[in-house]
Amino acid sequence: MIAKKRHIWVFGDYRNYFQNRVTLQLLSRAKDLAQKIDAEVCAVVFGHWTDEWVGDALSHNPTFCGVVGEYIAHGADKVYLTDHPRLATYSVETYTLLMERLVKREKPEIILIGATTFGREFAPRLAKRLGTGLTADCIGLDINGEGLLVQMAPSFGGNLVAEIVTPERRPQMATVRPGTFQEIPHDYVRTGKVVKVPLPKSLPTDRVRLVRSERCPQREQKLEDAKVVVCGGRGLGSKKKFAKLFELADLLGGEVGATRPVVYADWADHDALVGQAGKHVRPQILFSFGISGAIQHTAACNDAKFIIAVNKNPNAAMMKRADVAIVSDASQICTTLIQELKRRIR
Amino acid sequence: MLKMVVCIKQVPMVSELPWDPATGTLQRDLAEGMMNPACRSALDAALRIKETAGGEITAITMGPPMAEEILREAIALGADRGVLLTDRKMAGADTSVTSHTLARAIEKVCPGFDLILCGFSTSDSETAQVGPQLAEELDIPGVAYVDEIEVSGHTVRMQRHSDNFLETLEMDLPGLVTVTTGRYFHRHVPLGGLQAAFAEADIVSLDAAAVGLDPERIGVKGSATKILNVYSPTAGKKNIVLTGAPKRIVEQLFERFDDKIGGAIGQDLKMDKNSK
Repeated sequence: MIAKKRHIWVFGDYRNYFQNRVTLQLLSRAKDLAQKIDAEVCAVVFGHWTDEWVGDALSHNPTFCGVVGEYIAHGADKVYLTDHPRLATYSVETYTLLMERLVKREKPEIILIGATTFGREFAPRLAKRLGTGLTADCIGLDINGEGLLVQMAPSFGGNLVAEIVTPERRPQMATVRPGTFQEIPHDYVRTGKVVKVPLPKSLPTDRVRLVRSERCPQREQKLEDAKVVVCGGRGLGSKKKFAKLFELADLLGGEVGATRPVVYADWADHDALVGQAGKHVRPQILFSFGISGAIQHTAACNDAKFIIAVNKNPNAAMMKRADVAIVSDASQICTTLIQELKRRIR
Repeated sequence: MLKMVVCIKQVPMVSELPWDPATGTLQRDLAEGMMNPACRSALDAALRIKETAGGEITAITMGPPMAEEILREAIALGADRGVLLTDRKMAGADTSVTSHTLARAIEKVCPGFDLILCGFSTSDSETAQVGPQLAEELDIPGVAYVDEIEVSGHTVRMQRHSDNFLETLEMDLPGLVTVTTGRYFHRHVPLGGLQAAFAEADIVSLDAAAVGLDPERIGVKGSATKILNVYSPTAGKKNIVLTGAPKRIVEQLFERFDDKIGGAIGQDLKMDKNSK
């Protein structure tokens, strides 16, 4: 008899475009991890009308439709599916119960759940019920030499990262921050296995009652989603000089962010605040002008891929964490940069 | 009378951290402590319920002896009593073990509780897991990320933003909520409260034995997760320093990084050799 292959499970949240993307990102990473421990990638989907669901407009696999088709196309070898009217809206209690039963039956090695609001409430309850460990909001996952899942968890606003393992208990569980991994392109000729799991006959009524649920209009996230962010601090010197950042941002097709002192001084709107109490940015390039780098600000910039900081003080915290630290007057560099860009952009 | 329990945690004051970005080391023992902001919101939510519907509030924390400070703060703000869980054996607990410890202590010091309130997340470890796991441990309904709470009789009505949904939920007590920092604000400590907190504060301190905890199931020993390594993601990052006249600096910036900047904005920023 061949031993059953180990499983890496991904919780298949398909409710909205955004949550679905997180699921696809996790499937992609699960596939890489599965190679390292010779495991199968399985998606677990609880919901209703899942076969009528349309994800990608291009989705027309002849054999697999709806959510199942989407997840197979994106890397799942197997999809566990419970489709029932009771599951039309997501419920932490019901989903915990269904998942607990399925985990106890199938004994997966690893479970990955997107760190959405739902995921971050559902995963802890599930881990508790299974008596296993759980790492929150991971920004990296790997398999170490002992075959354990290494979970990179940020703390202190991303200023520290802890590498965490669950050595003995199973499954190993993590919630993963959206955007951490790249989804793989769909492959609609891929095949996989579908395991339909019936709803248990005696499913208790939810103790938490959903009275009303409205879809919120998607908030505009210009600053959060910008590929280029130009941030300014008090070091720029004046409101007028700060205003120059808008010209620079326009040339770069980016958005302007500000520190708290600048917002307080009314050089910028509160909407532009980049910080723990404001917006978190994750641009390809972050320009930082005259910012000393208080931890509340840097915590909101940690996901920037490349940081170019300008400050007269080479020892400012922002300069220390920059990829390029320019020791000079922030306002002068801003002006020179604008001139140079105008020459170069045709 | 409504019996409320507010779980609070002392966290290092983030702006005052004795913190070395080069090595990523953090001297937590030197850091000044404060009540975690979301815990203050949870306390504020409880105080508002007390003001309108009546009730009594027990503030409970697990931590080193100095965590007593935030219990006094909670009493100064209007909590009726404080419970400090402190024991070296409890140290190094992961979220599951923390919720186990809190659950057993709450059952002991506040039997027949109605509503437990926690901050949705703490500013140090940021897991947001203890609240939901505490509800699980106590086998009561729970709702996380709550923006607004209203208690009427033995029912709580809650509002929250969950992913792209604005939800209104209800549950019967006993139950647990974790509170966001959105609607509940921090109040100032009243002078009378200060007196209450220091003159006649009702604070009990319990160790693992007093709660009746199994030493194998608490602290670092009982935790399923193990920390292998802690590092600063920014430490060891290549840090290129440019100095000199602004014009020269900007030229250098483009010489070395025109691809990078151009790539991000979707423009070719290379200078035409002819136009130089």
